[in-house]
Amino acid sequence: MKITENEVRYIAGLANLNLTDEEIHRFRADLDEILTHIDKLNELDLTGVEPMAQVLYEAEETATLREDKEVQPLGEALALENAPLSGAGYFKVPKVIER
Amino acid sequence: MDIAKLTIPEIREGLLARRFSAVELTTEALRFAKEENPKTNAYLHFSEERALAAARRVDEKLARDEDPGPLAGVPVAVKDVIVTKGVRTTCASRLLENYIPPYDATAVARLEQADGVIIGKTNCDEFAMGSSNENSAFGPVRNPVAPDRVPGGSSGGSAAVVAQGTAVVSLGSDTGGSIRQPASFCGVVGVTPTYGRVSRYGLTAFASSLDHIGPFSKTVYDSALLLRVIAGRDPMDSTSAEAPVPDYTAVLDQDVRGMKIGLPKEYFKGLSSEIGDRINAGIEILSKLGCKLQEISLPTTDYAIACYYIICTAEASSNLARYDGVRYTRRSPDSQTLQDMYRNTRGEGFGAECKRRIMLGTYVLSSGYYDAYYLKAQRVRTLIARDFANAFTEVDAIVTPVSPFPAFRLGEKVNDPLQMYLSDIYTITGDLAGIPCMSVPCGKTAEGLPVGMQILTRHFDEAGMFRLASAFERAGGFAG
Repeated sequence: MKITENEVRYIAGLANLNLTDEEIHRFRADLDEILTHIDKLNELDLTGVEPMAQVLYEAEETATLREDKEVQPLGEALALENAPLSGAGYFKVPKVIER
Repeated sequence: MDIAKLTIPEIREGLLARRFSAVELTTEALRFAKEENPKTNAYLHFSEERALAAARRVDEKLARDEDPGPLAGVPVAVKDVIVTKGVRTTCASRLLENYIPPYDATAVARLEQADGVIIGKTNCDEFAMGSSNENSAFGPVRNPVAPDRVPGGSSGGSAAVVAQGTAVVSLGSDTGGSIRQPASFCGVVGVTPTYGRVSRYGLTAFASSLDHIGPFSKTVYDSALLLRVIAGRDPMDSTSAEAPVPDYTAVLDQDVRGMKIGLPKEYFKGLSSEIGDRINAGIEILSKLGCKLQEISLPTTDYAIACYYIICTAEASSNLARYDGVRYTRRSPDSQTLQDMYRNTRGEGFGAECKRRIMLGTYVLSSGYYDAYYLKAQRVRTLIARDFANAFTEVDAIVTPVSPFPAFRLGEKVNDPLQMYLSDIYTITGDLAGIPCMSVPCGKTAEGLPVGMQILTRHFDEAGMFRLASAFERAGGFAG
């Protein structure tokens, strides 16, 4: 067994995902199966192979920095338009500091 | 005019000859799409106002005898993971059910600058995660060719609308095969360009080092034209390429005699026999066209799925962290603390496949596992890219099947995520290497299910890929 239900609960905590007991049970089995398949990578000899850090590293010229030019920002009103709760130009969230 | 069969050149011709106006065409396209949509559920919503405004601009240009843009009046559908200003963009997720983007994706803006008419947003797997379109929060899409079957995924809606004729062309996105596999299942052309060829600005991020925007169409010509319009450097995406964008449509009639084509042996084992028969018949056509065929080997192929599902889930777990109840419309009510709000919002909002991938991605990136998983996968990715680079020293293009099997039945594979992942074997490698690849129709099975042939070429050689696809289309008679 590659992964236990306790580990699944721990990972769910890291991912900030509230999962039901049923989901924990199901994902344990799914992740176990996928991680077992992933073990296949251990068959490869990767000595001296560089990790790919950029997709077109060996290809033609690509990414450059954009011009340092002023652009009109999105603006407060538009940026907040999709917020579930906002006020006074801010995103509002549940209280995090007790006074 | 038969709205379901129109192509871009026919629309241009009709507009210039004043046989119909852009507003008339758009009105008819919207009417037809709305009428047909219950059969497939391929559209999530229509953008009628925006479409008619774009059409009016075209008619005004025509009235002034101005030359309209290359996509003048063309009804286009856009996958609902690509943002459209003022038009709801849900990513087929409950989390974004009411999200109205405040800006346009670069590809969308370029479409409209070229006078294209965006008529609606298409259904897909939630956040583009899936191979069957069954992971949409708003119900699956049915394959227009065989309604009891899936259209493929994740861009299932974008493939289905083109196959159904309810859009002339569409935009999809591809991270592991999400354009080519549905194109093959629905019998249309689907193109994944070189990584960085099309700006990702405004494409909702799934796995940033693998995400691509690309076109669907009935003909190779229409995809070549649409790609030319949306491709090119965009300062808003630092990974978008500087390389010049050629006029892909100008090379389509060129001869392919003497073109060297590699057939990777790893892609021809484990095919359903009917798929193998169709692809072999397609290869026979290429041979008759004078292409030189040779067997090649891409030895790391068997490791691609494992490599892909580490990298894509790791990137997804990071990209999807932003849906936490603060900025993007949905927040779980009644959470007392900030952390409860995060956890409840995400637990209630994401569907099962998104959760599964966030979990796997968080696991492989968690403390102590980085070297064993993510770093190892990035090394394997180097090997996969090297396989292709080596092959392209000998051949000009590589030809393979797109999928080991044709469209499967709805529900057939939903309970076995690993089996679903494994079905992406032939399409994942092209994304990992970042090379251009496409699916072109290659006949049908005895049951009448479409089969797609995949063409892959060197970085930025979309022109070579289109040239071969176009010659194949003409010789095979599979167009439209």
